[in-house]
Formats: sequence, structure tokens, C-alpha cells
Amino acid sequence: MDASGLGWWGVLIAVFGGAIRVSTPFLFVSLGECLTERSGRINLGLEGILVMGAMSGYGVAYLSGSPWLGVLVAGLAGLLLGTLHGAVCSLPRVNDIAVGIGLMLLGTGFAFYLGKPFVQPKAPTLPALHLGDWASSAQVQSALQVNVLFIVGVVLAFAMHWAFRNTRWGLVVRMVGDSSDAARAMGYSVNRVRILATAAGGFLAGVGGSFLSLYYPGSWNEGLSSGQGLMAVALVIFARWQPLNCFYAALLFGGAGALGPALQSVGITGGYYLFSAAPYVLTLAIMIATCSPRRNLAGAPGELSVTR
Amino acid sequence: MDGSITLPAPVAGGATLAMDRVRRAAEAICIPVAALLAAMMVFGVFMLLVGKNPLEVYALIYKGGFASAFAWQNTLQRAAPLILTALCVALPAQAGLIVIGAEGALVLGGLAAAVVGHALSGGSPLAVQLAMAIAAMAIGGAWISLAGVLRHYRGVNETISSLLLTYIAIALFNHFVEGPLRDPASLNKPSTPSIGEAAMVGHLPGMDVHWGLVFGVVFCVCAYFLVRYTVFGFALRIVGGNVRAARLAGLAVGRLVLLSCFLGGAAAGLAGMAEVAAVHGSANASLIAGYGYAGILVSFIARHNPIAITPVALLVGGITASGGLLQRRLGLPDATVLVLQGIAFMMILAGETLYGRLRIFQPRAH
Amino acid sequence: MAIKQPNTERRAFIQALAAAGLVSAAGPGLIRTARAADKIVVGVIYVGPKDDYGYSQAQAQAAAAIKKLPGVTVVEEERVAETVDVQKTMGSMIEQDGASLIFPTSFGYFDPHVIKMAEKYPNVRFAHCGGLWTEGKHPKNAGSYFGYIDECQYLNGVVAGHATKSKKLGFIAAKPIPQVLRNINAFTLGAQSVKPDVTTTVIFTGDWLLPVKEAEAANSLIDQGVDVITMHVDSPKVVVETAERRGIYVCGYHANQSALAPKGYLTGAEWNWTTPYTAHVKAAMEGKPMINFLRGGLKEGFVKTSAYGKAVSDGARKNADAIKSKMMAGDYVIFKGPLKDNAGKVVIAGGTVYKQTDLNLEKMDYLVSGVVGHV
Repeated sequence: MDASGLGWWGVLIAVFGGAIRVSTPFLFVSLGECLTERSGRINLGLEGILVMGAMSGYGVAYLSGSPWLGVLVAGLAGLLLGTLHGAVCSLPRVNDIAVGIGLMLLGTGFAFYLGKPFVQPKAPTLPALHLGDWASSAQVQSALQVNVLFIVGVVLAFAMHWAFRNTRWGLVVRMVGDSSDAARAMGYSVNRVRILATAAGGFLAGVGGSFLSLYYPGSWNEGLSSGQGLMAVALVIFARWQPLNCFYAALLFGGAGALGPALQSVGITGGYYLFSAAPYVLTLAIMIATCSPRRNLAGAPGELSVTR
Repeated sequence: MDGSITLPAPVAGGATLAMDRVRRAAEAICIPVAALLAAMMVFGVFMLLVGKNPLEVYALIYKGGFASAFAWQNTLQRAAPLILTALCVALPAQAGLIVIGAEGALVLGGLAAAVVGHALSGGSPLAVQLAMAIAAMAIGGAWISLAGVLRHYRGVNETISSLLLTYIAIALFNHFVEGPLRDPASLNKPSTPSIGEAAMVGHLPGMDVHWGLVFGVVFCVCAYFLVRYTVFGFALRIVGGNVRAARLAGLAVGRLVLLSCFLGGAAAGLAGMAEVAAVHGSANASLIAGYGYAGILVSFIARHNPIAITPVALLVGGITASGGLLQRRLGLPDATVLVLQGIAFMMILAGETLYGRLRIFQPRAH
Repeated sequence: MAIKQPNTERRAFIQALAAAGLVSAAGPGLIRTARAADKIVVGVIYVGPKDDYGYSQAQAQAAAAIKKLPGVTVVEEERVAETVDVQKTMGSMIEQDGASLIFPTSFGYFDPHVIKMAEKYPNVRFAHCGGLWTEGKHPKNAGSYFGYIDECQYLNGVVAGHATKSKKLGFIAAKPIPQVLRNINAFTLGAQSVKPDVTTTVIFTGDWLLPVKEAEAANSLIDQGVDVITMHVDSPKVVVETAERRGIYVCGYHANQSALAPKGYLTGAEWNWTTPYTAHVKAAMEGKPMINFLRGGLKEGFVKTSAYGKAVSDGARKNADAIKSKMMAGDYVIFKGPLKDNAGKVVIAGGTVYKQTDLNLEKMDYLVSGVVGHV
């Protein structure tokens, strides 16, 4: 083991490693929300889906011994909750922001309830690719230990970016999100597309949640999420609904989250509470900078209620 | 809908209009009640699936929340902060904003109250309490107004911004309570200096419930009158209904939005002051107890109607109060109550779709 | 009425009474509950979940132990917030379940909640964990118990000192309150007794349960070259697992986490709350006065150490065991002067000796020299 601390290099490495580690749930959740919002619906219940995904993934991984099965089941749980959100919102006169808040409550409640027996046991964790083994320092090695889900997320971001532009389904989703009248005129059922998009978004959010419990921090308990679901929604707005920007923004947020502990480990200890607020302040600042009351946000789906 | 309906011969104009009002009121009560009953049934099915007898669960919820004087005191006490934090959601909702930042306004309001209370300790208790209340309301109101400002001037979605502001408020609160504003004698539980025994708000006569409940009910009634019977309230509701129409009518939309946010934040700040003055005597981490989030639930179930907030707060308070009995008697985890509240919330929201669709509640043609 | 009980529990009870005799509230039994009873309902209140592999779990283990005593019914409630909620919970246990002995296990319950309830229900005993019950200031039917777990953290430090190669230790803590600082200092002093130039880097996460922050803190400490880690947070599970994953050593806390880190677990500081719990239950059932101030360390059986892990060398075991037996005999002092804090100021003057029971230690507000971090 490396005998010397790296000082300020250590901070940089920690931020970099943290950016990869902590950003993966943000990445998945924001990609899922991106899909949902592109179809014209906003799903604030991602926080609940994230927690439910974390719990179900952990539970199934523990009971079955396979972390990948856990990831799959987490995704399915997210799919179910996303379908619920989509279905309730497709009823006329129902406010989708309110339903999102309700889903947050429901998802969290179910997760805590069903997750009680899983707080203690230790479930198998997801494997990581050791991309840093060329480095001599253990710290760099560890920072470059990239989880497979992160790779999947990056590929997914590129895939979504391509799909929105070049496939028929991408076009359908965008059309439903920009103008439901046009979609109806083309013969597509607006509600069905939105429900499917929300369900798929829920699937991705559930997978993101499973990352928290099956890799980093790798444990299930009731304090696991601290608003990551909500931040992902803000992330999508910041990313102007572009999947690739979601990826970069997720990295940014992951790094911001890792900054506080990294600074403390080199002795900068003042105001650690303020550091813990850093990701939220960053999100708020980004939203202030990028939103505008007059123009519709460039790139915003026309039907999205958050920008109307 | 079929075209031919045999209508009863119209009676004198006044009676049918009154009947319409009764119908609307009935609609506003029956649909939420039906939704809550449906939620209880779904919850019952969930209980069956986990192997518990739903009737036993219902009985315990009743027993824990509503069956005895002790249970009622428990319920009233738990409902007290919820009334005020629910107003923090309901008042901006009149203007069409969905603000969920009550928790942040509560903690900052409590901090302000504790600081002012300590600074003025030694003065006459009533004056100190008044000063604490004003400080708490000012700070809480200002905090939520931030969300309103961001929404009106920058178009930032107020739901997201108010939640982010909550996290930031909690971080600020912790920073100050454990740092610059900390009472050096409060070692193992970092708190601000005490406001002193004299300034503490006591219990209602003969009950085990503190005056915070009265603050809440009074604020609720005032809010109801404000919204229903004043020009300001009317203007707010126009903004909430259709912003463009409001602008065309010449209403100062920005000012109305900010004021509604300020009032809502003031309510939540007052809840913080009540917690400090009636329970803790100082500001510390125990103030962050989730009252703000529960208030969101109350306001939505009450459909943001101030007069309905008090009974709904009692209902939610009672359910939360029964959580302890469910844990101890049936071995259910505390999250059981969370699940019930989540199901109730979703049912209420789904029930929104029934408004205006059930013929029995619709005004008759006349 | 004689109550049959096995010998070990009686011995623990006598030991506890002896410990209490050191700093006990004297005076005749002013408790109005001076009736012996053969049935008792005991209420236990947790601030978090019972099975968190940490603080609440240690309490729950004691609750499970007293459940086995004849005539004892235990009702438990978890996740009770430190607000009026806990007052109502206590009231509900007393009025609806008939509890006559309550264990509110979180520190934040004491002031004002336990005090208020104790004044309201003078016939019920309230045994609070961690509070500082003071004669004359607090009601007689309330009491506080706590354990000197810093003795075990000292032993953790000794073993860590032997195991560390980089001479950098890490400590992940929630908040800089005296009980936490005492642990950090004891750990550092223990390690320094083996290698005097060892340093401990502290990271405060800000709250008792923040798994993502705790994992980040562990990773950044390890990136800085730390090779033994310990912690004072409510649920050490995340830190232990992160340490194991990165291949460094870890010392446990609150409860035994060795199952989570088969390679890296050195030893751990555990509570043995069964001792004070049993003491209180016996006192209640036999109509003896309320034990107002109960403290104990290794000697009184209030705390214990986990078994040594595979990685602990023989030399380390011998060293730690020797110190442990001195502590068991009451002969070992951890905090004695001259002691400087990490800013260079003298915090314990030369010649001053603070035995474990000294109340000055419960007001600790400094970090000893060798600790990297600020209060």
C-alpha cells in the first residue's frame, strides 16, 4: 500500500474518482427522466423510484446471490412505479407534478417497509473494471475502478442521443412531447406513448438506484438517498433535454459531491455543512442561469408543464 | 351523454343556485372521502398480502389516534405543526404555484426565533414571544419568497427550487447551530442558547397540547377569509387559474405571487417558532423532524383549501399517532404509516379526475 | 417475594450497583415505586432502525436479553424523532401499555423530553442512555447510564498502531461532540502508545447516518494513505465494507462487524448494554430506588471488545491484552497530563490524572496532538 498521502493531488483524484462513482445514479436517473420529459411528462417521483430500486435490487441480490438479477429486478420495480405514475397522470385533470410528489412518498414508504429485513445482511456487489491497473499508486487505481453500470450508462447516453435523432420511436416520443395535437393527427396515442416513456424512465431510475445499494456505497439502509432523484430532474433541465449533456452534468454533480470529504482529508475542515450543500447550490445556480421567464427554454418539449 | 333529460320544472331562481352551491360543496367533500376510503381498502389489501389482519390494523389506527382522550391529545399535538406547514403549500397554490419548501422555512424560522428569543431574554414573556413570532415569520416568508422570485423573474420551476432551497436551508441551519450560534454549554447536543423558561409557550389549559395548535387554527381561519372573501384572495385565485387572463386584467402578478409565497413561508416559520418556544427552548437538530413534508401531504389531501386543512391535519396526525401502536402491538415497521399516507395521496390525486364528471354533483340547467 | 434468577445476572447486578456506588445519587429511596413486582412492562425507544449494525442494534440486543428475564414484557418502538413525538411515545407506552420502566436510548431525548415526562409520571422510571443526570437538577425517577467505550477505542488504537505501516490512521465521525471527541482521542492515544508519531485524520460527516458521505470519506482517507480506519457513526456498516473493499484494516464500533470484513477487521469496540439494562430491570422489580447515575467500562461489563481478527499479530494481541487486564482491574488511566491538543495548547496539566469516571472528561472539546482536524 502506498505509504505517502498525495496531498492536493489526492483531492483531485478523489474528485475524479468520486465523479465517476457518485455520478452513475445521477446518470441513469437523468437519462430516464430525459426520456420521460421528452415525451411531455415530468416525473418528480424519481426519488421514490430510486429508493425502491435500491432496496429491491439489494434484496433480490441477497436472496438470489446474483447482483445482476438484483439490477434487473430493480429496473422492473422502477418500471412498475413508472407505469403507475404514467397511468394516474393520463387521467384528465390530474397534475403530474403532484403525482410525482405522491410517488416519492409511496416509493419511499414501500422501500422502507419491505426493506427492513435487508438492512443487516450483506449482498454481493456488482463487479468493476479495473481500468487503472497500469498506475503504480493505489489511489489512482482505485479512482479508475469503473463500475460496469457506468459504462452501460455512457453507452446508453450515446444510444439515446442517436435514437432521438435517427429512429422512428425517437421521433414519435419527441412529437408527443412537442405537440400532442400533431401526434394525434398522425394517429399515435399520446397517452400510451407517455406511459411507455414514463415506464422506461422508471426502469432506468430503478437501475440507478440499484447502483447505490449494490456498488457504492454498497449497502441498504434508510439514509441512502438524499435528494438525488430530485437533483436529476434539475439536471435534465440543465442539460437542455440532451442525453449527452446529461452525462456531462452527471459527472459534474458527482465531482461536486465528492469535494467535501476530499477537502477534509487534507485538513480543510471548516464549514463542512456548507460543503454538503454544494451540489444543491450548484443545481439552483444552474437553473437560475439557464431558465428564462419569457422565452420557452430552447429545446424544451412544448408540452412539458414545467416550462409553461 | 344522452340528449333528452326530463328536467323538473324550474323552481324559484334562488333555490336552484343554493342547491348548486350545496352540490359543489358535496362534491368537494364526497370525492376526497371516497378516495380516502378507497385508499384504506388498498392499504387493507397490502396488509393482507403481508399477513396481517386489516381489520385489526384499522382498529389500532382508530385506537391510537382517536379512541381516547389520551389518543386525541396525541393527535392534536402532532397535527399542530402540520396545519401551519400545510398552509405553506396551500397559500402559494392559490396562485398556481406548487411549493414544497416548508421544511426549510420551518427550520430557518425556528433558528431566527431562538436567536431573537435569547437576545431578548429577560423581557416580558409576551413581548419576547411576539418578537420571536415576527422574526420567524419574516425569515420563513423571505425564504419561500426566494422560490417565488426565482419563478416569476427567472422562470425557474418553483417545486424544484423550493426543494433545493430546503436542502440548502437545512445545511445553513446545521452550520449555524453547530458553529457560530452554538451555545458553548450545549456539548453533546449542539443548540443555540436557551430562550429561558419564562419565554416558553405553555400548554392549552387542561390539555397536554401546546399553543402551537391555536396558532395553526387561527392562521388557517384567517387564510380562509383572506382567500375567499378579500380582493387579494380573489386576485390570487385568478392568477392561479389563468396567468395570462390575470395579466390582461391588469393584475400585478409578480407582487401577488411573491405575497402568497411570503405568507406561506411565514406560516411555516411560525411552526418553527412554536417548536422552539413550546418544545425545545432553543434551536437544534431536533427541529428537523419532517413536519414540512407531512404538511405537503395534508395540503394536497385538503385540495389546498385552508378551511379543510385543519380536519385533514387531524386525520394525518391521528394516523401518524397510531404508528406507535402499530409498531408495538402488531410488530409492523414504522414505515407502515408512510405507505398508508402514500396510497392516500395517490388516491386523492387520482380522484381529481372525477371532479366535473359525476352527474349527481353537476349544476342543473336553469 | 423471591425471584429466581441465574447467578451470572445477579453478579452483573452487584457489579453494576458497585459501579453506581462510585457516583450515585445518594439519599433514601425517594422513589414512590418502592414496591416489588413480579411482572413489569419495559418500554424501549430507538431513534433509528433496530437493525442498523450499529448504535440502535446494540441497544436492541440488550432489549432482547432482558426479554428473556421472567416476568418481563418488552415493548419497543423505533424511528422515534427527538421531538414531542418521543414524549407522546413515552406517554403512550405508559398509559396504553402499562410500562413502568422506559429506556429512551437516544442522547437527544433527555432534555427536555425525558425530564418533562419524568416530572409528569413520578411513578415510572426513565433510564436514559448518555445523558448527564445531575443531583438536584433532574427528577429522581430519571437516570442516565453510559459506558466508557473509549477504553475499547483505546485498545482499538493499540491494535491499529501495531497494524499500521503508513502511520496514518483515519477516523470518520458524525459530529464533534464530547462523546465522539473522547473516542477519537482515546484511539489516537492508544495508537501513539505503540508508535508515538502516528497521526489520525478525522472527517466529520455532519450527521449520524449519511452512507454516501461516509463512503466518500472512507475513500478519500484511503486515498491519502490511511491504512487503518475506525468510526463513530450510527451505522458503521458502510465504512467497514468500503475499507474491506479497498483492502485496508478497520476497527469496528457499536456492535460486531467482523462478518462484514473477514480480512481487514482487527478488533472492535462494542457496547454491552445488557449490564445496565438488567440492573435497571432488577431495581425496578425489586422495588429498589432508581439508579440515577450509572457508568461503567470494561471492568463493570458495560463495554467489551470484539475478538481479534486474523490480521492481528501476536505482539499486538499480547500488548492489547495486557492493557486490557489492567483496565479490568481498574488500574489504567487513559487521560493524564501533560496532554497537549493539536493546536499546541496544554489541555491536561502535568501531574493531573483523570480517571474514567471523572466528569471533566464528559466535557471534552479538544483533539489531542497527532489528530489532523478541527473541532
